Amino acid sequence: MAKTVKHKNLAKGNAIAGYLFIAPFIIGFVLFLVVPLFESFYMSLCKVTSTNGAGFAYKFIGMKNYHDVFFKDAEYVPNLLTELKNMALFVPAILVFSFFMAILLNQDFKGRTFVRAVYFLPVVLSSGIMLGLETNNSLLSGMADIIKKDNSATSITKTLENILLTGEKANTFFEYIIKLVDQVYDVAIASGIQIIIFLSGLQTISPSMYEAAKIEGCTAWESFWKITFPMISSMILVNVVYTIVDFCTKSNSDLMTLITNTLFVKFDYGLTAAMSWVYFVIIMGILGIISFIITRWVYYYD
Amino acid sequence: MTNKEKRHQFFERNRKSGGYLLRKKIGEIIFRICRAVLVLGLCFLILQPLLQKISLAFMTEKDLYDSTVINIPRHFSISAIKTAWMYMYGNKSMWTSLYIGVLVGIAQVASCTLAGYGFARYKFPFKNVWFACVILLIVVPPQTLVTPMFLDFSEFDFLGIIKAMNHGKGINLLGSFWAYLAVCLGCGGYKSGLYIYLMRQHFRNEPKELEEAAYVDGCNRFRTFRSILLPGARPMMVSCFLFSFVWWWTDGVYSRVFFARGHEWYTIANSLPTLVDHMSHELQAVYGNGYLVPVGYSQQILSTATLISLVPLIIIYVVAQKSFVESLSQSGIKG
Repeated sequence: MAKTVKHKNLAKGNAIAGYLFIAPFIIGFVLFLVVPLFESFYMSLCKVTSTNGAGFAYKFIGMKNYHDVFFKDAEYVPNLLTELKNMALFVPAILVFSFFMAILLNQDFKGRTFVRAVYFLPVVLSSGIMLGLETNNSLLSGMADIIKKDNSATSITKTLENILLTGEKANTFFEYIIKLVDQVYDVAIASGIQIIIFLSGLQTISPSMYEAAKIEGCTAWESFWKITFPMISSMILVNVVYTIVDFCTKSNSDLMTLITNTLFVKFDYGLTAAMSWVYFVIIMGILGIISFIITRWVYYYD
Repeated sequence: MTNKEKRHQFFERNRKSGGYLLRKKIGEIIFRICRAVLVLGLCFLILQPLLQKISLAFMTEKDLYDSTVINIPRHFSISAIKTAWMYMYGNKSMWTSLYIGVLVGIAQVASCTLAGYGFARYKFPFKNVWFACVILLIVVPPQTLVTPMFLDFSEFDFLGIIKAMNHGKGINLLGSFWAYLAVCLGCGGYKSGLYIYLMRQHFRNEPKELEEAAYVDGCNRFRTFRSILLPGARPMMVSCFLFSFVWWWTDGVYSRVFFARGHEWYTIANSLPTLVDHMSHELQAVYGNGYLVPVGYSQQILSTATLISLVPLIIIYVVAQKSFVESLSQSGIKG
């Protein structure tokens, strides 16, 4: 009897201590996430005007802001569609690229640490405002144009592109590949963290598995699909989610610029909130569907 | 002699295997060459913009328009660096960013460590729900929250306490450092969810026996955390702090909102995007209204200013490269 009481006390104490430890998180979560989220939802239903001084006046107008987002704002819907199209283009490319690089970096060769450090460098350097500045730098892009013009007669890739796109076999697949080759820099700088996550996953696979497979007569190709791929599938899930989130929250896309400009240039708080909410809901939907599909074939080895 | 013998032996064995050995060797060498080309090419691809910036920083204006100068400046000068430093208000913006980055980073790591430990070791009701909230914290883009935060902080109020004390009015935290601190102490701000996750993963991998021994010896829960677990968590905390510092250094979302009014606080994120405007403004004051800054020149200054603001990050990365990379690779171990 006395024992169970004591046990209960311990559990209760642990629960209290646990809540105390995460108290900062809970307070912050409510104060800086839940409250702003609901406020922004409320704002998206209102016409918000700044009164003289620091106050704001809310006037409830129902779904009008959402109606405006879809039917009045000339830029939002096209920007949203390009953004989603880019996502469909880039996310698989980033995943394949980082998986491939992780496999390369998992092998033994000289200077591996250096190469790994270089691939991770963009995570540190091309974040936040730097990303926007880099793409805006018209001098560099101007230089690139000049170089392109000078080389136009001799460029192999250009010729190849022309052949592939004008020939009978011209199809969307080639276009996809060419677009990716054009933007390999963007893919490379967006995959730093993913490479590291895949790499750590690869290193947890025990070599004895490959050995056993080899003795049984597996080729490298077979052991890749039968061992590496299933063992790393949970990392694929993590990386898919991470890549989508990272892609959506980077601040240099046209859509984000549009949203920020509506806030800081037009001062239309209601419309901004509606825009962000539409985007947010769409992203959450995509994330939910994709992670639901992937979880079904993720393989856990325990 | 030994080399010759080895070669002889190799061809002997090759003959016995019917040419298989030689084919395999050649295949291996070709594979290595391809790999080296690929890996080095991509390294160059990533480093090239940086190298370009460095070479631009040391050019004079003359070199910019000289089409024979591509990478190595002909007239070596540091005037571009000086100009860039002046127009980005280097003395002010660098120090402000440094100050904010360090203090805010510490606050963020402290609160995230506590939360991470709570999630790793204690059982409490609704734990899974709260952990789902951590994931939500990672997923919600800061841009969604920024507008209401702007309004909130212009009249900040904590559970009605401040309003009650201050005659029914909140206090304005915009344009001050306290807004940052409040967000970070509450595990808000950039990628806090990620830090909580990393810390939780770290604490979960620590042996439970350490804590049990401490409890037996009469430590209470907080003391156990402070003197048994915290020292071991230092490397992970350092990596979280470095990440946090780097991301606050380049943060363009929060600083635009918190420091939108007034120039009392001026971070790099405030100074870089407006640098070209400042520059043309000041040069127009000198040369008269019609003066247009040449695009090439202004872009050179902008790229140099970007380089200057990247220098601290590069130094940190070179010194602490290991703790950046390894903290993430440890985190992945259990999904």
